[in-house]
Amino acid sequence: MYSARRLVLAHFWAAFIVFFVAIVFGEWQMFVRSPWHAWIDIPEHYYRSVTGHGTALAYVFPTLIAMGFGYSISETSLKRPLLGLKWAWIAFWLLMIGAAMAVGAVATGSASVLYTFYPPLIASPFYYLGVVLVVVGSWIWVALMALNLHAWRKEHPGHAVPLAMYANVAGAFLWAWTAVGAALEILVQILPVALGLRHTIDAGLARVLFSWTLHAIVYFWLMPAYIAFYTIVPRAIGGRLYSDTMARLSFALFLVFAMPIGIHHLFADPQVGSGFKFIHTVFTGMVAVPTLLTVFTICASVEIAARLRGGRGLVGWLKALPWENPAMLAPALSFVMLGLGGAGGLINMSYQLDSTIHNTQWITGHFHLIFAGAIVIMYFVIAYDLWPHLTGRALISHGAMRLQLWLWFIGMIIMTLPWHLAGLIGMPRRMAYFDYSNAAIAPEAWTVMAGVVGGALVVLSGALFLLILLRGQRAPVGSLPEYRYSVALHPDAPVPKILNTFAVWVALMIALTVVNYGMPIGELLTLKTAVPAISVAR
Amino acid sequence: MSGARPRNFALLASLTVAVVFVASFLVGFILLPQTQQNARGGWWQAMCRAAGFVQSGPLDTRIAPPALSSVVVPTALTQTGTPEQIGRGATLSLRCTMCHGAAGLSAADSPNLAGQYADVVYKQLRDYQQGARANVVMTTLASTLSEQNIVELSYFYAYLPRAGTHAALRDAPALVRVGDPMRNIAPCGSCHSDRSRKAGAPWLNGEPSAYVEKQLQAFHSQARRNDVNADMRNVAQHLKPEEISALANYYAGLAP
Repeated sequence: MYSARRLVLAHFWAAFIVFFVAIVFGEWQMFVRSPWHAWIDIPEHYYRSVTGHGTALAYVFPTLIAMGFGYSISETSLKRPLLGLKWAWIAFWLLMIGAAMAVGAVATGSASVLYTFYPPLIASPFYYLGVVLVVVGSWIWVALMALNLHAWRKEHPGHAVPLAMYANVAGAFLWAWTAVGAALEILVQILPVALGLRHTIDAGLARVLFSWTLHAIVYFWLMPAYIAFYTIVPRAIGGRLYSDTMARLSFALFLVFAMPIGIHHLFADPQVGSGFKFIHTVFTGMVAVPTLLTVFTICASVEIAARLRGGRGLVGWLKALPWENPAMLAPALSFVMLGLGGAGGLINMSYQLDSTIHNTQWITGHFHLIFAGAIVIMYFVIAYDLWPHLTGRALISHGAMRLQLWLWFIGMIIMTLPWHLAGLIGMPRRMAYFDYSNAAIAPEAWTVMAGVVGGALVVLSGALFLLILLRGQRAPVGSLPEYRYSVALHPDAPVPKILNTFAVWVALMIALTVVNYGMPIGELLTLKTAVPAISVAR
Repeated sequence: MSGARPRNFALLASLTVAVVFVASFLVGFILLPQTQQNARGGWWQAMCRAAGFVQSGPLDTRIAPPALSSVVVPTALTQTGTPEQIGRGATLSLRCTMCHGAAGLSAADSPNLAGQYADVVYKQLRDYQQGARANVVMTTLASTLSEQNIVELSYFYAYLPRAGTHAALRDAPALVRVGDPMRNIAPCGSCHSDRSRKAGAPWLNGEPSAYVEKQLQAFHSQARRNDVNADMRNVAQHLKPEEISALANYYAGLAP
């Protein structure tokens, strides 16, 4: 079928194996902190596991998914062989080597700094070099996506770029720019200290630079899920995409607004001026716009499918939907989690409300609900949808898929909602153990036990997912129609030039970064505050 | 791909973003800083404050260069303090617990003060006051203490029981340190230790291993029944034979 098949399969298998190992560690973390286990003897083991879990699931897993899915989109939507296949393999192996270096450093206990780095904690240089290799590999992917789009444009002057590719390249450009913050932090600030060339580090500046990456990286994780919402779901359930223009506008707005908002992670940081915190709050509010556009457009697209299938009435059409289809069930579950998580997110991004939940388990609950819940459940759909086209074999176990998606959803809800409550009653995050015999802490105990139960369902779901894919690899070879994306309700509607190119959006993204980050970074550079580095490497 | 007047779209998008920015700038940098309770100066100063510029210059965290120590330790400090002095010292020590720990044992790599000689604590605090020793935190905290306060703090810390080293704590079996909550076993150390003791609980360090083992077995089988509130029977009934031996060996190996 297409030339990048093995490449995409390699990315997906690597991603999902890393994913499964990391969620098993996550479940272990919940268990050792619960009253079902005595206090952990060596807290460092807990932090080692958290660092591994975070590094694998925040950097390695979603990057591999975005890259694999991106290569697939490039071939199937542009309908031409992938340019630079060799470079794509080089990028894949760079990623693998980087991941092995980083995880190896974590496993030996010389990098228990958590995936957000937390200077002045300093890990073994292998850890940071590993993360840098992962990022460098992903930048090769960014270049390849731009190159393939450019080549297609030359062959099709005046044509509208297929929506999937437009969104894919928007995600790639977003990632290229957003990774710059953490890259600067590692290369300019952390590595010289980790290599022993310097002994102090400006932790405040490091936090600001990391926040540059920290929030937009979430939208990089989210891009594949949103691409699936727009270009896979309507087709898979037999509907039409309600508006191609709205879809393009959403992705363009993510490019503009995802980046200059990271200081909402630093509301408690005394080194950043309150004016900038307010501006970042406002722009974080703006990033809700493309998400709300998406929820509206996808609901409208789904309604079209229902009415085409004979659904009637104000809400009666919901019954006509193909609920037995995983591609229908998953986005519905995803929207429930996105809604709950988004509501929580509005609290996180509000300068004043944030102070009640800052650094509590609420935050852990929030990002698990959004990323591990709403986004990863769509990664499953992407895999289910692509697998037959990658292996040439049909995936027929729809019952197992539905069970897997429900397990994931129920597990996530049981795990993350009590986490939110735990945060509200004051449980801090990043604790290796709790003294549940303390009367003030005892009421929090059940939330951690709920986390263990929810986590067990999540691990079960992850195992079932791998089994379904493995069974798919062994099914008899069949013949498949060409891979298609959703068709818009008005497929021939003209696409405005601004929604077919990136120049304006990239320019706005960079301009907003300069005005929203320029002064906070400049101030810290001139203040030259630094603290002694604390090495955790052995 | 007709794209009616594409230039206008670009302008519109940029203008929208600019309007959002200017509006949030006006609120975040002009309106909000002026309405804050501690607002001082005009709009320009409010704007500088909101931008994060430090108005009054950085706080002076420099400490005068150390002078030679001239402390004379009162001879009374070679003896123990009165209960009133120790009690007042305990109250004063609440300012110290953040770094030196609630029981004078630090979890923050600050020195352990539990059981420290009174004259040592006295001399160091006076040296901080007089500049013979310098530390950003300690110099500031010591500066407000009176002579009487320092004496009381010194007596209080001398009174606190010394603890084993961190290494010794780390090496103790989990049952001694944290117990096993799921089996309803309280940590041995919560009653039998140098840091905390319950009335009637014996000192076990250095006891013959055979004796401790036999008594735990007796509590386990309910043969021995003279423990207050059945505390030991409750704990021992959940212990496995190999855990009993390990605990007995651990206590036998400690210095009496």
